[in-house]
Amino acid sequence: MLDLMTANAAAAKAAMLSRVEVIAAYPITPQTSISEKLAEMVANGELKAKYIKVESEHSAMAALIGASYMGARTFTATSSQGLALMHEMLYWAAGARRPVVMPVVSRALGPPWNIWTDHMDVMGERDTGWMQFFCENNQETLDLILLAYRVAEDKDIMLPAMVIEDGFILSHTFEKVDVPAIEEVDFYLHAFNPDVKVNFRKPRRYGSLVMPDWAMEFRYNNGLAMDRAKKKIVEAGVAFKKAFGRDYCSLLEAYRCDDAEVALVIAGSAAGTAKVAADRMRERGRKVGVIKLRVFRPFPSEEFRQIASTVRTIGVFDRSYTYAESGTICGEVRNSLFSLAKDVHVKGYIGGLGGRDITEADLERIFDDLLAISHHGKVDRDMQWIALRDGSLRW
Amino acid sequence: MPKFTIPKEELECKGHSGCAGCGATLLARYTLKALGPRTVVNVPACCWSVVQGVWPRAALKVPVIDHAFECTGAVSSGIRAALDIKGIEDVNVVGWAGDGGTVDIGLQALSGAVDRGTDMIYIMYDNEAYMNTGIQKSGCTPLYAWTNTTPGGPNGEWNLAPKKRIMEMLVVNGIVYGATVSIAYPEDLIAKLRKAKQIKGPKFIHALSSCPSGWKIDPSKSIEMARLATLTGIFPLYEVEHGKYALSKDLKSKPVEEYLKPQGRFKHLTPEMIAEIQRKVDEDYAALKSKCE
Repeated sequence: MLDLMTANAAAAKAAMLSRVEVIAAYPITPQTSISEKLAEMVANGELKAKYIKVESEHSAMAALIGASYMGARTFTATSSQGLALMHEMLYWAAGARRPVVMPVVSRALGPPWNIWTDHMDVMGERDTGWMQFFCENNQETLDLILLAYRVAEDKDIMLPAMVIEDGFILSHTFEKVDVPAIEEVDFYLHAFNPDVKVNFRKPRRYGSLVMPDWAMEFRYNNGLAMDRAKKKIVEAGVAFKKAFGRDYCSLLEAYRCDDAEVALVIAGSAAGTAKVAADRMRERGRKVGVIKLRVFRPFPSEEFRQIASTVRTIGVFDRSYTYAESGTICGEVRNSLFSLAKDVHVKGYIGGLGGRDITEADLERIFDDLLAISHHGKVDRDMQWIALRDGSLRW
Repeated sequence: MPKFTIPKEELECKGHSGCAGCGATLLARYTLKALGPRTVVNVPACCWSVVQGVWPRAALKVPVIDHAFECTGAVSSGIRAALDIKGIEDVNVVGWAGDGGTVDIGLQALSGAVDRGTDMIYIMYDNEAYMNTGIQKSGCTPLYAWTNTTPGGPNGEWNLAPKKRIMEMLVVNGIVYGATVSIAYPEDLIAKLRKAKQIKGPKFIHALSSCPSGWKIDPSKSIEMARLATLTGIFPLYEVEHGKYALSKDLKSKPVEEYLKPQGRFKHLTPEMIAEIQRKVDEDYAALKSKCE
């Protein structure tokens, strides 16, 4: 059924459709309306779940780890400082193999205080062992939460997942969303019944002390699960297409890349703007494409190498900064393409921090810059900030 | 012949890795005898993350969920929520945390769990310092005690803060049942835990847990020290039901010196310090008794 809703409403709807059993949430802008909406759904009986009003995000994640060990499907949502406060328990959820699914409404970290979107919060959690999905729009927010549960709870995976929607740009903006019937979702996403959960007939200890003679194997196994997730996400995408018609059959979406001379990698809501900018460039005869990164963890290295076999100049737009000569995604792309380094040019662009608009004009300039690199066969610099104010403008 | 009232069932295995004379291992043994096998225990970072042994071995015959230092209240809420949604009513949710994990880093989550009315038995085994990391001062370290972070020195930098009044904090926070227990009084301990099991809502058990390594006592004196703590009035046994205090046994009969003197952590105490401790203990005990009337 088509409905008009914000990404936050879509996220709450997705939780309801997934029949989550335990919710633990703490308010933070711009996430708050997800937890409010779910409180309402639980209060009016639309969703049969236990809602724990925790006293912090750290406790939200801790509570869900406990609930998940008891075999409950678990849900929370957060942003920015809240995600940073959870940091310790994000490692715990992943290490404990608890498939918590959590929308993160991306927002800058302070100081300076800023409630608007950028990806520094989620990129800071890159190495916690969570799968990370980026949403371009509100429909994807709903869809990827359903898909994330299916993958996260797969017996071969058992890893938590965050579904990232850009603060305000998606979280508070109304868009048309196709909402599936809950019976259709039941068919796509079965009840949570993990092999590893508390069993009183076979009491075990979970989260034990492990000595150096075995600790590495635990970490390695987490890595294997993350690797397997690449295939499982594609399979879940294929099943999704069959069930609901929408296509999430790959970890990234290559838009007009087939004959492209240059392509721009971008994640989140700005991917939509980049597609429009690419269309404009195409109208002017410029062969440009967009690589929308839908899944950041596991990272689609092989897919990038495949694209780079024909597209030799690749720009990477990061809505985050790592205080080094690269944005986060750019570093990963370079890493993946290193073996092809002689033939492929990669340049990073930093922009859109703290909610700064990423405009079509910005992106068209980036495409022009990439085309110039392609013509000269040389990258002028590894990284460039875009749309900085006068006086510090480095364009 | 007196009747042996302690249940025979053993839910703690032989062969844990606690120190010799560890009070907390006895406490767990009695606790599980009282609560039975339909109990799920959650444990933050504390001695008990180590005492249970190394994977793949485990020391308890009930399910245990280990987690991070400050989480016990929150994990307890999560476990109970999952049991509730699944309609499972006969399981005891036990939070099993040390004193630092309770009154310091875990206080926020514990207060939250009490505020939420979580149906749990939160047991603080109080060995009066961060013992697992090697004896550092916690909010439960007693006045003038030596620890590695209150080492004394020429300026007398012993622990200068009295113990946090955690029971009183939690009583006003809203626990439905609170009790102090000691390994020196196992029948009282078991009776209180059985009582806690029957009451719905947030329950808090403060268990003094003697620690030979940290208190600098001989392991063979562990129970004796726990008993002396009660007999000197330093650790009185009492209950609080819905805010109403009741002394379990009026056992205060000895001077504090008898408890302090044998312990290495108090060996530097001057007569003035001992007198001050005695005065405070007398005051606190009188205040407790007046609350119990």
